[in-house]
Amino acid sequence: MRIFDPHIHMTSRTTDDYEAMHAAGVRAVVEPSFWLGQPRTSPDSFRDYFDALLGWEPFRAAQYGIAHHCTIALNPKEANDPRCLPVLDELPRYLVKDRVVAVGEIGYDSMTPAEDTALATQLQLAADHGLPALVHTPHRDKLAGLRRTLDAVRESALPTERVLVDHLNETTVKEAKDSGAWLGFSVYPDTKMDEARMVALLREYGPEQVLVNSAADWGRSDPLKTRKVGDLMLAEGFTEDDVDRVLWRNPVAFYGLSGRLELDVASGEATHEGNSILRGGE
Amino acid sequence: MTQPHAAHVTPDSQDAAGAPAGPDGQVGQAGPDQGTTPAHVPPAELRAALATRLGGAARAWLDQALDEAAAHPGTHGPISVWELRLAEAGRRCGPAHADAARVLVLHAAQADTDALTRVYTQGTADERRAVLHALPHLVPGPDALPLVEDALRTNDTRLVAAALGPYAARHLDPHQWRHAVLKCLFTGVPVDSVADLARRARGDDELARMLADYAAERTAADRTVPEDLHRVLALTESGRPASGTADPHGKES
Repeated sequence: MRIFDPHIHMTSRTTDDYEAMHAAGVRAVVEPSFWLGQPRTSPDSFRDYFDALLGWEPFRAAQYGIAHHCTIALNPKEANDPRCLPVLDELPRYLVKDRVVAVGEIGYDSMTPAEDTALATQLQLAADHGLPALVHTPHRDKLAGLRRTLDAVRESALPTERVLVDHLNETTVKEAKDSGAWLGFSVYPDTKMDEARMVALLREYGPEQVLVNSAADWGRSDPLKTRKVGDLMLAEGFTEDDVDRVLWRNPVAFYGLSGRLELDVASGEATHEGNSILRGGE
Repeated sequence: MTQPHAAHVTPDSQDAAGAPAGPDGQVGQAGPDQGTTPAHVPPAELRAALATRLGGAARAWLDQALDEAAAHPGTHGPISVWELRLAEAGRRCGPAHADAARVLVLHAAQADTDALTRVYTQGTADERRAVLHALPHLVPGPDALPLVEDALRTNDTRLVAAALGPYAARHLDPHQWRHAVLKCLFTGVPVDSVADLARRARGDDELARMLADYAAERTAADRTVPEDLHRVLALTESGRPASGTADPHGKES
């Protein structure tokens, strides 16, 4: 089973996770820019974070045979902090980089006017840079948040077909699907989706344009949830082709809209001589 | 990006004139696919070699990128056109040729230390590696050493290896150079990545002491001693530098 995790925050994970992910079949990931748990207070810490997503993290992933890509954005939470807003002016120079495959995560957290502005600005940046957008849907007041998100997308220059709306669930999937957007589901140990509900939604709505991710980060999460969904799909009668479509071909098709996917780790990031990580702290 | 080495370094094979664009002696004078990095190949040769390897669309992109860079060097607006080309070289030319393409863009733009510093600090790891490879072609003096030092502080072995090209061989002070060699042994970077290794290691008693201590530490921990350590140690024992060496730093030990 080949797996592309289209949303995982590897900067929060250890090399044990990379090793286990590779053993489970993960060969490619996209790491969306997000917050860090501890709020940032200046654009400088964004810069260091973006540099890590474009430098150290792809290198780490390559040590384990995993192709790493990222999305770049000012996230919805920190769009509300005026100290962080100047990072919006810095995004264009990151959005031209190799391996930046979307603008994201953008969207709503608390649905404030500041979030409206940041979302609209960054949807425009995606259109300007020929990139699709990864749009987070809020945890609180989710259905209202999805509707406001889809409205913002419709008002933007970015076609809905170039948008992935993420963190969907039973209450939001239908309207998201009707919009023509790509459909993202985060499978978590406690919150968001779980494996059984995910498989039930796949049966009801089909695998078309569906992406399943672990969204693993520094919270309680599991970077192998993608594999567990694939296993349950097979156990419940889906074909291997269905699994490959959801866990590989759909994310390749969506992020491939950027023209910047580089899935061949061996010829790309190359493990070079590098096994400094394999050797731990040496 | 592996850097296989055909022949080991001999003092005779190094570029006695110390010309920035010259092959460095660490590896044979082969094309990029045969073991050199873009730091070791004069830009004109690099471009000719790359042209034979790129497909039509990539070659057309490169030709245009280099023409634009030559026509509009320097800084223009928030991002100069040649900086955009630098950023997108990987997806345009393919990862195997991106280093060479980026070095050529930097060379065509005649990027000086300030420009190289800016694109390094704003660059991805791949762009930073290309800047390091470009240093011997573009910076005659030691001004760009802070970039080498930055790369040597990372744990990204691709950057560490690229930092130790001809520019570092020429300018890095003995203390930092010894630590860089030791870091290669720690992190598994083959010492064949270290430009001018034989000349700089020769007669370096301090490096020999550091290597012996490291070997003792590995042995005490019941770990193997890297084969490269023995090779470098042997180089330190091969006598004092010959007279007429281009780089005065090589004599310090």
